[in-house]
Amino acid sequence: MNVIKTKNISKIYKQADIEIRALDNVSTNFKQGEFTAIVGPSGSGKTTFLNSIGGLDSPTKGQVFIDNKDITKLNSNELIDFRLKNIGFVFQSYNLIPVLTAKENVEFIMLMQGDLKLIRDKRSKELLEAVGLNEHLNRRPNQLSGGQQQRVAVARALASKPKFVLADEPTANLDSSSTANLLDIMHNLNIEENMTFIFSTHDQRVIDRATRIITLEDGKILSDVNVK
Amino acid sequence: MGTILKIAWRNVWRNKLRSLVVITSMVLGLWSGLFTIAMSNGINEQRVKSAIDSYLHHIQIHNPSFEYNLDINKSIKDPLKIVKELENNNLVKGYSSRIIISAMASSAHGAEGVKIIGIDSKNESQFSDISKNIIKGSYFTKIKSKPALIGKKLAENLKLDIKKKLSFTFVDDKGDLQRIKFKVEGVFKTSSSIHDSGNVYVKKEDLNQLLINNSIVHEVAILSNNIDNSDILKAELQNLFPKNKVETWRDISPELGSVQELMIWFFFIFMSIILVALSFGIANIMLMAVLERKRELGMLMSVGLNKTKIFLMILFETIFISFISLPAGITLSYLMISYYGKVGIDLSIVSEGLEAFGMKSIVYTDLPLDYYIKITILTLFVTLISSLFPARRALKLDPAEAVRSL
Repeated sequence: MNVIKTKNISKIYKQADIEIRALDNVSTNFKQGEFTAIVGPSGSGKTTFLNSIGGLDSPTKGQVFIDNKDITKLNSNELIDFRLKNIGFVFQSYNLIPVLTAKENVEFIMLMQGDLKLIRDKRSKELLEAVGLNEHLNRRPNQLSGGQQQRVAVARALASKPKFVLADEPTANLDSSSTANLLDIMHNLNIEENMTFIFSTHDQRVIDRATRIITLEDGKILSDVNVK
Repeated sequence: MGTILKIAWRNVWRNKLRSLVVITSMVLGLWSGLFTIAMSNGINEQRVKSAIDSYLHHIQIHNPSFEYNLDINKSIKDPLKIVKELENNNLVKGYSSRIIISAMASSAHGAEGVKIIGIDSKNESQFSDISKNIIKGSYFTKIKSKPALIGKKLAENLKLDIKKKLSFTFVDDKGDLQRIKFKVEGVFKTSSSIHDSGNVYVKKEDLNQLLINNSIVHEVAILSNNIDNSDILKAELQNLFPKNKVETWRDISPELGSVQELMIWFFFIFMSIILVALSFGIANIMLMAVLERKRELGMLMSVGLNKTKIFLMILFETIFISFISLPAGITLSYLMISYYGKVGIDLSIVSEGLEAFGMKSIVYTDLPLDYYIKITILTLFVTLISSLFPARRALKLDPAEAVRSL
């Protein structure tokens, strides 16, 4: 079953009088439970592609369907609501809310969704336990290591029970053991909960775990390979 | 909403030094503004009070034609009926009937035009501040024959001192020119040097001896039990005695009243300038906070925090800062104003200049409670306005760009 479908999406940026084609007629599908790595050199359009399917950037042309709904037709407030309910984000620089504890960071998304306190409390503890941070519930981001912060970010991304998780270079700032740990967590969630993960990455360790690898170059799909 | 409030509150304390600088500047701004206003208000209140207590009083009754040329024959109609009414009226705290004669005062050193005010010395000492304003000599106790109280300025101009003789030349109620000698018993000093240079107080009975009509009254000065009741009392008396002219202190000395009204506008303009200056500071600090947190705000938008909540978050941060600053600023101002309202600020170094404007050299700060409320509302309003620009700036962030920013 296709969760995401992109149809001829192009993104053109204008710098001075020069047009930069970040995405060029990209069409592809993502199925439920895929663990996909988007790879390619810097400037190949990986992040733009992720932003387009995450509704953070609107493509200049083309359509993005999430569960058969064209998100390019949504206005900014509808997009914010759509992201809240359907997409989990993991960013390269963790981007946690520095004034909230690990548990509060995870709960935050559920709170935005209007979940009850009891449910928030239970799920945030479960998620933080799943990423191995049950002893760090009440620590603020600055009291956690980079790897721990990224694990909180993963827990937060999953808190809203999204249809898929988009991760933009999630391991770029992590050491090898933290990377391995994070990938284990995400891989387990992918297998056990059939959660769809789409990464943009340069990291070979991530690529090695991916079940599908899409290579982008100059905004076009150069190759799309199912590995396992 | 609770989490937005929690994040906003914690954001205030993320950069403690910066928040404390804003809070301190707001506290000092409020304090300096309110204290200056309280000083100005205190000076003006004292000026009004001093004028009322010394010579103006709350209400005066005259013959309608008297004030134009102080004609000795233009006396009050039905003075006995007026006195009877004043004795029984609940709004009246005290009153004094006076004879007023325009005269030329002369000594061996010169002459000055003055108003001789004939008073009932016992009643007047309870009614007005003249007895308290004596700085030299005594108040109608030592000299038995024709004592006079003169102002300090007049004493200086005519080079007069205690027990010195002073001649008055005036036209009596028959139209004859009279010349009479008084002896200086006391020198008074009010807050108005103009009053001190042109008024002489004598005993009413001494003047009565010179006039044919012994029951003549030119002025009835009245103190109401509350200054705010002046207008009501005036209306009542004017209605009862339509042949006379009843005036409040504001009617007699409109410049005092208009200064008070002017002061109110001055206060709000002055305070608004301070608050507008502060609002730029707050807007700048909040803008810095927004730009520093670009990535975080982008992340919040990415994960689903809508624009209204982002806007509210910035707004709440500013409100929290003002909620800390306001009580602190208002309390500090209130304490200082109350303290100097009792102790006073000694401005004797510029006393001469102050006296020329009818002010005393010790200034007692005074600020009515409703001003604190109005300034609190004004401050909240200005802080809210100052948060709009940074909040709007936050809304304009592109989440995709913001999450990647450094």
